[in-house]
Amino acid sequence: MNGLREQRGAAIELSRVSKAYGSFKALDDISLQIQPGEFMTLLGPSGSGKTTTLNVVAGFTEVSSGTLQIGGSNVVGVPAHKRNIGVVFQHYALFPHMTVGRNVAYPLRLRGVGKAELETRVRRALDMVKMADFAYRYPSELSGGQQQRVALARSIVFDPPLLLMDEPLGALDKKLREWLQLEIKRIHRELGTTFVYVTHDQEEALVLSDRIAVFNRGRIEQIGTGHDLYDAPETLFVGRFIGDSTVLRGAARSDGSSTALDVAGETVTVPRRHRDTDRPVMLLRPEKLVMRKPGVDRSDNENRLSGTVSEAIYLGSGSKYEVLLRDGSTGIVRSSLTDQSFAIGDAVELCFRGADAKLLADDSTADTTLT
Amino acid sequence: MAMHPFTRVLLGLSCLLVAVWLIAPTLVVVPMSFNQNKSLAFPPQGFSWQWYSNFTTNPEWSTSFLNSLKVATIVAILATVLGTLAAFGLDRMRARTAGLLRMLLLTPMVVPGVVLAIGIYAVYLDAQLVGTMTGFVLAHTILALPFVLIAVQASLEVFDKRLETAAASLGAGRLATFRTVTLPLIAPGILSGLLFAFVTSFDEIIVSLFITSPYLKTLPVQIFTSITRDADPTVAAVGTILLCVTTILIGGGLLLLGRERRSGV
Repeated sequence: MNGLREQRGAAIELSRVSKAYGSFKALDDISLQIQPGEFMTLLGPSGSGKTTTLNVVAGFTEVSSGTLQIGGSNVVGVPAHKRNIGVVFQHYALFPHMTVGRNVAYPLRLRGVGKAELETRVRRALDMVKMADFAYRYPSELSGGQQQRVALARSIVFDPPLLLMDEPLGALDKKLREWLQLEIKRIHRELGTTFVYVTHDQEEALVLSDRIAVFNRGRIEQIGTGHDLYDAPETLFVGRFIGDSTVLRGAARSDGSSTALDVAGETVTVPRRHRDTDRPVMLLRPEKLVMRKPGVDRSDNENRLSGTVSEAIYLGSGSKYEVLLRDGSTGIVRSSLTDQSFAIGDAVELCFRGADAKLLADDSTADTTLT
Repeated sequence: MAMHPFTRVLLGLSCLLVAVWLIAPTLVVVPMSFNQNKSLAFPPQGFSWQWYSNFTTNPEWSTSFLNSLKVATIVAILATVLGTLAAFGLDRMRARTAGLLRMLLLTPMVVPGVVLAIGIYAVYLDAQLVGTMTGFVLAHTILALPFVLIAVQASLEVFDKRLETAAASLGAGRLATFRTVTLPLIAPGILSGLLFAFVTSFDEIIVSLFITSPYLKTLPVQIFTSITRDADPTVAAVGTILLCVTTILIGGGLLLLGRERRSGV
């Protein structure tokens, strides 16, 4: 299986790629390596450069500077129709004057594939997306999810070594989206093709990807597995974009081996030094926080912050609480069913071990770009 | 929305009245074309096919008819090719420049026919194009171009350009994309433009009167000279034939455009 993968998928290497529109830098010195057969997701808010990156790889947009290699050869200047890359668009882009079968056959006809082989390959591609029964229908007679499956079949029927997907599920409802995510994952496994997937939905990125590149303002903030990004975010933006988090800010004090923050009169300490140039903040994942009634169970090497429960959300498997802290910021805590439950308005203390907090550099753009 | 039955009847009646008022003068030629006497009197007397047979046998009439057919066919093709190319150019141009050029291209529709005719006549005298086939084709193409431009532009507006990007990603070059995706999808617009261009040339009279010669007449010119000379009911017969043909052509063109609009959404 591994040997097959290497043969079928193409490696991609973007090196120091920039794209400027006038004075606006859509891409600012991007470097990204994608392994053959890998499922790479480009994740970020709108306008962060993820779609521009996809368009550069597809050949719809030319780079202003930098190099781009696909399958080991330089493709800068090669027009889109000669790159042999499958592309799935958010808006499906099926040809309305052709039946499903003719849509899927289109790339094969352009490549001069003979009739018998053409029919077999169209059937195989439609089978793969479970749309074989619809070959004689027109796109206008299909639902959005069905159209997108046909578009997927059309983009894989000519066996491209690389498949690009630009928010392909963005226009579909949640249930359908979740089902198609699994379908896409299955197809990736069966084909062994390199997939590059663009989305702004971090949950979707976590479900699908081998690795995720997080984009912000035309730059890549971090590249890593979902696990890396959640457990070891390198920037505040990544920490906030992936999953829930509590961010603590305050005047910082560092001594030899630890950093203390003064959060509205309460001091929290992390057993690490921050870099002198940064204004440090602490980032905490919801499951690292424990919520208690004030004054209960004191132990000395624990950090504590007092606050008031402002929202309690029952999730079935447990509960999620929002806690208003003294400095006006919000803490997010997740507890399991067996834990003590709290009501809105309860005074509580949030406790955590210093080692569980990430010490990151403050970034004023991290909050605003979320919206 | 509920409408009072009385209001509905009243609306229907006034619609009918306007329609009759618009169409009646045109329909008068139909009974006149079957007149037994050589007169254009209304109501006509008796019944005969003689004016229809005169149209087909009299060389003055049949030649001018063939001339019109020839000119209109060449104009339709020329104006469609040029108009389609222009529509594409305008569609892919910067909006400001395109707006200006579009206005320029549509002026033949706005400028009074007589003014245009005088201008063309003056130029043709120098260029020795008066009374030539080339002269007719060029003049009519000027008049027909705006119709093609409008029709093709309407279908380009609803055409989803992203389909061209999709075609490129599937391996189609510019030409293949145009042939297999763009052209089939805007074909109804081009076809209706072709019909309008044909009809524009076929029933053009003002400019034609200026640039005609005794040796080269189009059908409308022949009709005009005939009716100013004597009361020949052949005019009515020709009128009836033209009425039928243009109704079918224009009706077809409008139907194509309508279908385009609906399916484009």
